[in-house]
Amino acid sequence: MNERVAIIGIGSTGFSPVSPDLSFKELTYSAAVKAYDEAGLHPKEIDSFITGSEDFMEGYSIFDEYIPDQMGAVLRPAHTVCADFIQAMGVGCMMINTGEFRTIAVEAHSKASNVKTLDEVKAFGLDPVYLRTLKENAEFLAGLEMRRFLEETGNSVEQCASVVVKNRKNALINPEAGHGAVLTEFDVLSSHPVSTPLKHLDAAAPSDGAIVIVLAAEEVARSLCDNPVWIKGFSWCSAEGNFWSRDLSFAKYASLAAKKAYAMAGISQPSKEIDFAEVCDEYSYKELQHLEALGLARRGESGYLTETGATSLEGEMPVNTSGGSIGVGHTFEASGGMKVNEAVQQLRGLAGKRQIKGATTGLVQSWRGVPTGTGSVAILSNES
Amino acid sequence: MTIIKVPVKGLSSKEYERSLKVTWQPELQYAWDNGIAIGKYLEALKDGKILGSRCEKCHRIMLPARSFCELCWRPVDEYLPVKDTGIVNTFSICHVNWDASRLKPREPRHLPAVIEIEGASAGMGIMHLLGNVKPKDIYIGMKVKAKWKPRKDREGTITDILYFEPVRK
Ligand SMILES: [Zn+2]
Repeated sequence: MNERVAIIGIGSTGFSPVSPDLSFKELTYSAAVKAYDEAGLHPKEIDSFITGSEDFMEGYSIFDEYIPDQMGAVLRPAHTVCADFIQAMGVGCMMINTGEFRTIAVEAHSKASNVKTLDEVKAFGLDPVYLRTLKENAEFLAGLEMRRFLEETGNSVEQCASVVVKNRKNALINPEAGHGAVLTEFDVLSSHPVSTPLKHLDAAAPSDGAIVIVLAAEEVARSLCDNPVWIKGFSWCSAEGNFWSRDLSFAKYASLAAKKAYAMAGISQPSKEIDFAEVCDEYSYKELQHLEALGLARRGESGYLTETGATSLEGEMPVNTSGGSIGVGHTFEASGGMKVNEAVQQLRGLAGKRQIKGATTGLVQSWRGVPTGTGSVAILSNES
Repeated sequence: MTIIKVPVKGLSSKEYERSLKVTWQPELQYAWDNGIAIGKYLEALKDGKILGSRCEKCHRIMLPARSFCELCWRPVDEYLPVKDTGIVNTFSICHVNWDASRLKPREPRHLPAVIEIEGASAGMGIMHLLGNVKPKDIYIGMKVKAKWKPRKDREGTITDILYFEPVRK
């Protein structure tokens, strides 16, 4: 990037399985107030506004029309990006790099609890000719991918279960997380089989919440903010549409996105230069698969690293210190936002009991869920 | 060159749908949280009141009630009932149903209107229907009043007001 971009304000509502006390607008508003306050900006001083959202999750088509009020963006440039928060954040960085915008607000929220037919929405994402016709719950794709991944890499279901145990344990010390728990691998393995080898507890539970950040060009960031978090690199990538023709053992989309993000950030040895990672763990095996794709674990070793504690809070490469989607709750297009929030707290030294001492560089990664092969990566740092 | 003759046979509409298209009927259901402001507004309707909210900074009384002023970017200061009378800001005579099917000649026309409610700030309209009025008698600026459902039938939805009807002198 020609112009360096930093996060100068962030607001989160925290995450919970339901949020009946606030409308989606009120939910976003409460996150936006915190973010703008932290940035020291009135929304009139913010040049453009972006929401990462998917109409079917909102229950509104042309959801763009419903974002200005709660963002403070009435009669201002605003648009949605039908993608994860990290992609929306990347769009914001690119807008700043046009030179036409100095500050951008980026938002994503989940009101998954308001979608009464979540499985229908998921089914609606399946190919109508080749997949929907089989009339299987969309999670069967996760079961298929998980089996192929384990088969080819030699990772085990027990190691997947240890991802769940770790993430739900981390969530216990994250006040924003909704699914903290003390579990054992046995609890996970003996939970109800959804689509084997995937068990009920291998999957993150839907959750509500909102995240807003304010991005700024370097000069603005330095004048307004004492602890900016720099976006050093970002990228995203989409695989072919046909799920069944992808390499299910390896998350190529994440690998390619990471390669670009690392190059932008000047990172050549990811596992040495990155202090912690927030990766997509919508299903337990995805955390392992993503770690291998991101180059943070060698192929076939992600399970071993997890099992032996290398990815725990005290480990060499802490992964999902927030609790991840499994521990915090799965917030669909806001998932990347939850992870960015954790990274910002870590890089500002505000992560409380979860704090990784001396952390300077973190990786955040998201995946858009089955049946997609789309994922994004961003590298954040407290050093410019 | 051999020319192969393909037998031609017309398809029934069912055969056409089945052989040339793949169909899907989604079953999508949502239950949106009302939250603070919408919740208060709908509750007030049950009580026969139209609820607005006031912002001390821009001095607007906003309709429907909202929990924050989207222009001043601050929480509202007060929720307060406004009147159930107003004037027609704009209207249309709708000759088609929700699904775009045409109304039959004798069916009453639908009469959607934007109504500026008395007691709210200028330009603060709500969307509703007009009733108990001939389409040709409606005009911009016409004074109207809410025709409420009987109290026992109200459910906390905007249809607790059946329609707005002209205020006759
Ligand atoms: Zn105001």
